[in-house]
Amino acid sequence: MISIYLHRIFRNKLAFAGALLMVILIILALTAPWLAPSHFADQSLIDRLQPPSGKHWMGTDDLGRDVFSRLLWGTRVSLVVAFVAVGIATLFGTLVGLIAGYFGRWTDAVLMRAVDILLCFPTFFLILMVIAFLEPNIVNVMIVIGVTSWTGLARLVRGETLSLRERDFILAARALGASTPRILFVHLLPNVVAPVVVSATLGVGGAILTESALSFLGLGVQPPDPSWGNMLSAGKDYIYFAWWLSVFPGLAILTTVMAFNLLGEGLRDALDPRS
Amino acid sequence: MTPYLIKRLFMMIPLLLGITLMTFFIMQLAPGKPTDLVTDLNTRMSSEAREKLVKLYELDRPWHERYWKWLKRMSRLDFGTSFRDGRPVIKKIAESLPATLLLNILSLILIFTAALAIGIFSAVKKDSLFDKISTFFVYLGFSVPTFWVALLLMIGLGLKLGLLPISGLRSIHYSDLSAWRKFLDMSAHLVLPVFVMALTGLAGLARYSRSAMLEVIRQDYVRTARAKGLPERTVILKHAFRNALIPIVTLLGLMLPELIGGSFIFETIFAYPGMGRLGYDAIMARDYPMLMGIGTIVALLTLAGNLLADLLYAFCDPRIRYQ
Repeated sequence: MISIYLHRIFRNKLAFAGALLMVILIILALTAPWLAPSHFADQSLIDRLQPPSGKHWMGTDDLGRDVFSRLLWGTRVSLVVAFVAVGIATLFGTLVGLIAGYFGRWTDAVLMRAVDILLCFPTFFLILMVIAFLEPNIVNVMIVIGVTSWTGLARLVRGETLSLRERDFILAARALGASTPRILFVHLLPNVVAPVVVSATLGVGGAILTESALSFLGLGVQPPDPSWGNMLSAGKDYIYFAWWLSVFPGLAILTTVMAFNLLGEGLRDALDPRS
Repeated sequence: MTPYLIKRLFMMIPLLLGITLMTFFIMQLAPGKPTDLVTDLNTRMSSEAREKLVKLYELDRPWHERYWKWLKRMSRLDFGTSFRDGRPVIKKIAESLPATLLLNILSLILIFTAALAIGIFSAVKKDSLFDKISTFFVYLGFSVPTFWVALLLMIGLGLKLGLLPISGLRSIHYSDLSAWRKFLDMSAHLVLPVFVMALTGLAGLARYSRSAMLEVIRQDYVRTARAKGLPERTVILKHAFRNALIPIVTLLGLMLPELIGGSFIFETIFAYPGMGRLGYDAIMARDYPMLMGIGTIVALLTLAGNLLADLLYAFCDPRIRYQ
């Protein structure tokens, strides 16, 4: 079964490119401390604002820190924030969707109204507010992005569960006396995995974009910790004569988000039973 | 139709209550008080004066009591006064709302016209060079951090080439201009913010309308229309497009919150005198009454947009009639 899916993904060139990029990024993130020419906080004030050269591939910033090294370290931050945020959102969304779809009635009504409220409110305003009121740091950013981005998935899972609930195998499980958690997690969950995986993969791209926008506004990952967003934020003051401070982190975000989007869409095509 | 509208308007009330309650609750999460900004930085502030200030803003009351009071006042359309300058919240919002509406409506128009044109054209000419190029740019469009694009465009088109103004909505000498020049001046200021705001939505919708169109073109009724000998133009625009439009319109309601959320970033980046920037400043200053007011207006806007999308839906699909 899985080999069919793998085959389908590998046949889709774009999805394969996305998967490959994702693997490379994860390896870069894991090996950043050894790969990076210098530590992300190493300053050298003599070498400040140097353009890209053989010594500093992507130039240096206003404190003489090597942009390439910071970019590599930043990969860790971006991926960790995105993975944790998406993890929270996936957990929330799947759980709420399963419960609302399986129990129906007022449980469903209450949960879906909550989803409606979140869906008709600009999440970014909400995120900005929470982060600004709490302390802007990496942990809060992950949590807040996570708890504000589960609504779409909850709706999706609920829809699937609604139709699965009436199927014979669920009836059989219930007739055999399976407990509710068992029905939810052993019988229903495996059947909604496909949309969950797709939405999680696409969610990573979204989370990276949100984190970078927050860090750009100074409300995300705080310096000196390098995040692509706060590197852009710091670089914008020098953008007129130090283009490398703004171009490389932006490209890093673009490539990473694109990798996850390509992979997500490839997965959707591969896992869609209709194709 | 009218009973349906009334029903929908009533359904908005619990949603609106939910949203304001949530906004109010989030503000309670914050450690410290908004008055700390004034009191902690001022060494000459006595503790009595501090107490007085807290009393004045009623920050010593429990939150549910304050929420109830806020609701009662809001039912009279009294949103209170801003903590920052003491001016009525409703007045500050009324001043900045038109600029935000202008920005959002223009972006929405750009999103729909451009995305539908790209979508239809790439679907009709599937696998052509145009299709491949537009697909590439669409992918780029929804993977790119838009604030970064804003930054690059401001530097490139604004500063280096000097083609477009990069901040605000009007030039300094705006009041001296003739009516036509005023229009041109404002339009020039709007180009970059509108484009950047529209970018993500445009890419998403272009992609979506391409696949919706591809789906429709395969249908029997399109083949029948062609077999009848109708010109290709009529087949595509009348028979295919009108049907592809139906799922696209439903997307409108979902796109609105994201678009308005974008106002908070892009109005700040472009120093645009709208509600988004007002909201950003209010967040930074912990201006609670201002935030509650903006939250309510934003929620009202999205709910109204959703309603409009549903009505458009019925308009596009004659099979749907709201009772």
